[in-house]
Amino acid sequence: MIPAATRYERASDLDHALELLAEPDAKVIAGGQSLIPVMKLRIARPSVVVDISRLELRGVEVRDDELHIGPLTTWSELLDSEMLDRPALAAIAECARGIGDLQVRNLGTIGGSVVHADPASDMPAVLLALGARLELRSPGGERTVTVADVLLGPFMTALAPQELVTDVVVPLPAKGSGSAYAAVEHPASGFALAGAAALTTPASETVALTGVGSTPFVLPEGDQGEAIAAAEIFGDRFASDEYRRELATVVAQRALVTARERAKEDA
Amino acid sequence: MSDTVALVVNGESRSLEVEGRTLLVHALRDGLGLTGAHIGCDTSQCGACTVLLDGRAVKSCTVLAPQAEGREITTIEGLSRDGEMHPLQRAFVEHHGLQCGFCTPGVILTAADLLSRDASPSDQDIRHALRGNLCRCTGYQGIVESVRAAGATT
Repeated sequence: MIPAATRYERASDLDHALELLAEPDAKVIAGGQSLIPVMKLRIARPSVVVDISRLELRGVEVRDDELHIGPLTTWSELLDSEMLDRPALAAIAECARGIGDLQVRNLGTIGGSVVHADPASDMPAVLLALGARLELRSPGGERTVTVADVLLGPFMTALAPQELVTDVVVPLPAKGSGSAYAAVEHPASGFALAGAAALTTPASETVALTGVGSTPFVLPEGDQGEAIAAAEIFGDRFASDEYRRELATVVAQRALVTARERAKEDA
Repeated sequence: MSDTVALVVNGESRSLEVEGRTLLVHALRDGLGLTGAHIGCDTSQCGACTVLLDGRAVKSCTVLAPQAEGREITTIEGLSRDGEMHPLQRAFVEHHGLQCGFCTPGVILTAADLLSRDASPSDQDIRHALRGNLCRCTGYQGIVESVRAAGATT
């Protein structure tokens, strides 16, 4: 399969990338692990692909009680980061390890995954449970949005066409916190039929689900079983809504149990 | 519309004309005659097209050729040295790691990435690393044994 004809432009810096994105039907390419497959199917036919992969937007660091993940950080780089080696953030590596396969993890990026907004992608659930936000930049300036506000629907985000993610920011949970990710995957595609991320802190518990709705979402506080029973959950030829609801209950419970265990280790 | 892309392929500087949409696997096979990168599923599932990009395994059917500008690519043709098989290649022969051989270049290059990070992976690590490489002949046991053996000799 060969993508439709397109131009390729390599952005030299952020301003150059934003300038290139002024063209109608321009598409950003970073790792390309979601975009290239849909270009080959000709579902995406960009006029120009703007390669941002060489911009300095990668790396993981902790600054001022917040974890900063450069949007171009690949899953492999994320897995190599010692910054994530703490119970409160354990869900991030646990989730990254299960994404795609080794080859996909070598190229696929965290920023690309979030703004591709696949309703079954794993990491957005983890970022939602951890209360993460994105720093965005456009020709008009900078703004901050929560991951929850970025995800509007299947493959739809609140980003403007000429807007890029410059930072993925996770507030460090309080001492005594733990997080976890659990999923039941479709055996062929590896995408989540239902996935759940949980964060347990001394003050609260948060669970976010993926693969079961039009976007990953945070369950309302309160009884988790009731929340899942009331949630809008879809079915398809791989799994009925009833089965997905059951799976959601199971993975949410698994993630919560592990997150609670990890919280005890976070002394 | 074509652009010139300069690549370092198996240690040699090469340049070729590609379109913006040209996939790396097509550039390697049709442009440079390196047919060891196989096109299997063409949908980023099977891993037969795996090559090393700056030492890391990638599916060359899911990389645009111009994205690889200036980078080092290793294909299966570049693994042997001075007529001697790479330890992974030798291990695949000795431990029955292949039957028809279609998936083998991709499997070996993925395993090369794994062993460059961890020379003594557990069987579970090997299977996890090879999840993106499908083999329809061997049932994987011979492949796992080959990778384990190659790790022990490197």
